[in-house]
Amino acid sequence: MNIKKVIARGEGAGFGFESFARACLNSGDVIFCEMVMTDLKTEFCGVKFENPLVVASGVLGVTGASLRFCVENGAGGVTTKSIWLVEHKGHKSPVIIANEHYMLNAVGVPDAGIEKAKIELGKYMKNKPAPLIANIIAGKVDDYAEIAEKVTELGPDIIEVNISCPNVEDELGRPFACSRKDAARVTEVVRKRTKLPIVIKLSPNVESIVEIARACVDAGADGICAINTVGPGMAIDIGARAPILANKVGGLSGPAIKPLSIKAVYDIHKALPKVPIIGTGGIITGEDAIEMIMAGATLVGMGTAVYYRDVKCFGMAADEMRAWCEKNGVKSLDEIRGAAHGKG
Amino acid sequence: MKTKFDIPKTVPIKKIIVETPFVKTFIFEYELGARPGQFVNLWLPGVDEKPMSVAYCDEKEFWVTMFAVGPFSKAMHELKEGDLVGVRGPYGKGFSFEKDWRLVGMGGGYGAAPLYFLTVEAVKLGCHVDFVVGARGKEHLLYIDRVKKLKNVDIHIATDDGSVGIKGYNTVILQQLIEEAKSGSSKKIDMVYACGPEMMMKTISNICFEHGINAELSVERYMKCGFGVCGQCSVDDSGIRMCKEGPVVSNEVARKITEFGRYHRDSVGRVHEF
Repeated sequence: MNIKKVIARGEGAGFGFESFARACLNSGDVIFCEMVMTDLKTEFCGVKFENPLVVASGVLGVTGASLRFCVENGAGGVTTKSIWLVEHKGHKSPVIIANEHYMLNAVGVPDAGIEKAKIELGKYMKNKPAPLIANIIAGKVDDYAEIAEKVTELGPDIIEVNISCPNVEDELGRPFACSRKDAARVTEVVRKRTKLPIVIKLSPNVESIVEIARACVDAGADGICAINTVGPGMAIDIGARAPILANKVGGLSGPAIKPLSIKAVYDIHKALPKVPIIGTGGIITGEDAIEMIMAGATLVGMGTAVYYRDVKCFGMAADEMRAWCEKNGVKSLDEIRGAAHGKG
Repeated sequence: MKTKFDIPKTVPIKKIIVETPFVKTFIFEYELGARPGQFVNLWLPGVDEKPMSVAYCDEKEFWVTMFAVGPFSKAMHELKEGDLVGVRGPYGKGFSFEKDWRLVGMGGGYGAAPLYFLTVEAVKLGCHVDFVVGARGKEHLLYIDRVKKLKNVDIHIATDDGSVGIKGYNTVILQQLIEEAKSGSSKKIDMVYACGPEMMMKTISNICFEHGINAELSVERYMKCGFGVCGQCSVDDSGIRMCKEGPVVSNEVARKITEFGRYHRDSVGRVHEF
């Protein structure tokens, strides 16, 4: 008689057990069974997500139908493209260029304003397939207050405040996310006008993202989203001897920035361990998402992954996360959140 | 991960053909690798970047035919041979066809150009093509002389003013071709292809649906990235992207696009009715 241990993982585990157990019964062996089924369900600011992979703002977020399309392809939640109070024209094209290493974009945050958002979010909210994060933007602090209030009426689950777009600047010519004072002022006025959870999306292009995050949390933010695009950067066509993006410069994203987003999330989580984080920046695969969660993120934003693996990237990454967790005996993502902080 | 490269590369214009006073064809010596129905993004430094249908493509060159209608195309019309234009692509889903098929290509206005490319490739596979074009008048007809040189092609023309071909819409010709095929006096139609104004395509979609004939339509929407990320060209209600799941869609898919023939969105995502 032998003593054996078997670990069955994931879907079909029960079936595998049964056949294995039958074989052991015949041989007279004793077996210990351990079944691992990973649940990717994640709670963020009190909102329940089927999986932590959310569509990052700016990607496939122009219409309600487009956001639904992402959920059909496996996204656990969606974030709208930044919503302005009134129409905001974007830049001329080219607005996005990309290669296997990175993406560079200066779309210029085009939007038709709150009236259009009402229509499009209405289409998404009807039989809402997954939680909705409404991303808002403004050029002035007071406008943030007004757009926050108006967007709240549309019924999203969470408001994400974009203060970090490198293409939109305050009167001093820099994003609000570049100073603790500006970031806190925006957070305060939004806090006063909505009861929904608010998440502030921060820029990595600052001396200390942790200090900005702390200022936002002190001013009433429920969570932090890190990071927006890096740079800005530039690409020049040597034939035309001219920058390629019509805006000349654009925010850098994609696989190249993952080490920066991982570190930003790691640092924020270390300083503010109780603050939930949407970690985003160069997350393409399920393993990338696990890495981001180990840095301390609760939700994981995916944007350029749509370029590298198409819209099915959400479902693919969720499957990869589940496979990794089951292989490593992880039943819930809570077990690994911030895990990288325990060592080294 | 396969190598990806979606950054425009500047290429000199090899040749410019003046088609009509307002239409020019630009030929680029560049291995684009496009299939009929796909598009290419052309960038004019300092001006803009626009998606354009590919009018012809082989191992050595590709063609784009352009009507001087907006700031970009007008600036293109100012260019000379040898001037540089940025190229990236090809993008989108093209037309599908199989050998020995009978195709009916329905081109409205400048939609004739991509259908020329389809016709060239289809006849290589032994297909027969009815090339049906509609235009405002004789002076707006495109590609007829080139199509005439191809074998296994019948040309049918409709003009608004009756200056050449029948007077009226090209969809009347489609009805006739379908009636003939149904009565057995001509070969069965395997697929109808449409490229042109959306209301023309809507009519073609309805005709083909009623007669149970397969069709593919090239649905144009405002595009920015061209590779399925920005969401600008997502259509209601399915949310599919015309730069990725389109621009060529089957009639079944087109009929599920609730905005097809009704409205489209501009650069800030606002809805405009046709």
